[in-house]
Amino acid sequence: MLTTRFFNIPTQSFKSPFDELNRMRRFLDHLTQGSAYSSPFRSLSQSGVFPSINMTEDVDNYFIRAELPGIKAGNLDIQVEGKVLKLSGERKFSEEDENVQYHRREREAGTFSRAFTLPGDVNVDKVDAKMSNGILTITVPKAEAAKPKQITIS
Amino acid sequence: MTAAQELQVKEKQEVASPAEQTKPGIIFTPDVDIFETDRNITLLADMPGVAADDIEIDLRENILTVAGDVKPFEGADESDILVEFEIGKYHRQFTLSDKIDQGKIEANFEDGVLRLTLPKEEKAAPRKIAVKSA
Repeated sequence: MLTTRFFNIPTQSFKSPFDELNRMRRFLDHLTQGSAYSSPFRSLSQSGVFPSINMTEDVDNYFIRAELPGIKAGNLDIQVEGKVLKLSGERKFSEEDENVQYHRREREAGTFSRAFTLPGDVNVDKVDAKMSNGILTITVPKAEAAKPKQITIS
Repeated sequence: MTAAQELQVKEKQEVASPAEQTKPGIIFTPDVDIFETDRNITLLADMPGVAADDIEIDLRENILTVAGDVKPFEGADESDILVEFEIGKYHRQFTLSDKIDQGKIEANFEDGVLRLTLPKEEKAAPRKIAVKSA
């Protein structure tokens, strides 16, 4: 199990030998904490702006996903301008009875706004967004010029 | 009511020591609100990405377990550009101090939020006993 994990390194470019060392150190930290089942090579980017997003691409589209549980589609605002996508909204909770006694309060309500630049040119007219089980998926088609071209050798 | 505050990024908390897993994958602790009234205990849990069918709620001997399995929602032929959150299952357990009327538990899942209403077992209505003086 461990060895497979160890060699199953996601494709990453090692920028400097210290990256490699850091990675090794984190791997060892992970071992001593005993949670060897999760991948020790997670490298999450942190922007510090809500919501956290994952961006992926395939040949034709960019996909932007965010975890937004409890947010209705009507409380979300998505705007695309050029290569910049702006996502804002508000998370509201339904009012609970006043005389309830709280034991845990970990969920938070509030507003958010985030803008980010897409890596390539996009077709602004065909952006699609949908919410499913608290996951927002924005599909942004790439502009024809940004799509990879298959070149056949004659 | 004051103006809505700005939401801050909250890192998903990995479960520290669950029962050992046989399947690989990360398990997170869902954020919850728990509150109670005279009659009910209500639990709200944020479990984005879980489908309603994949939620497991189990209550035995005062231990309430809430778990949710997340089916991968990213396409197989997509490659990552930016990764800020991870996808994993959810698991959390609570010990309840009140007796719960198991037959009347209600669970509702909407927009990635589980709402669980646990009715307390009805106790005998308090009776006033009048003391007669002879």
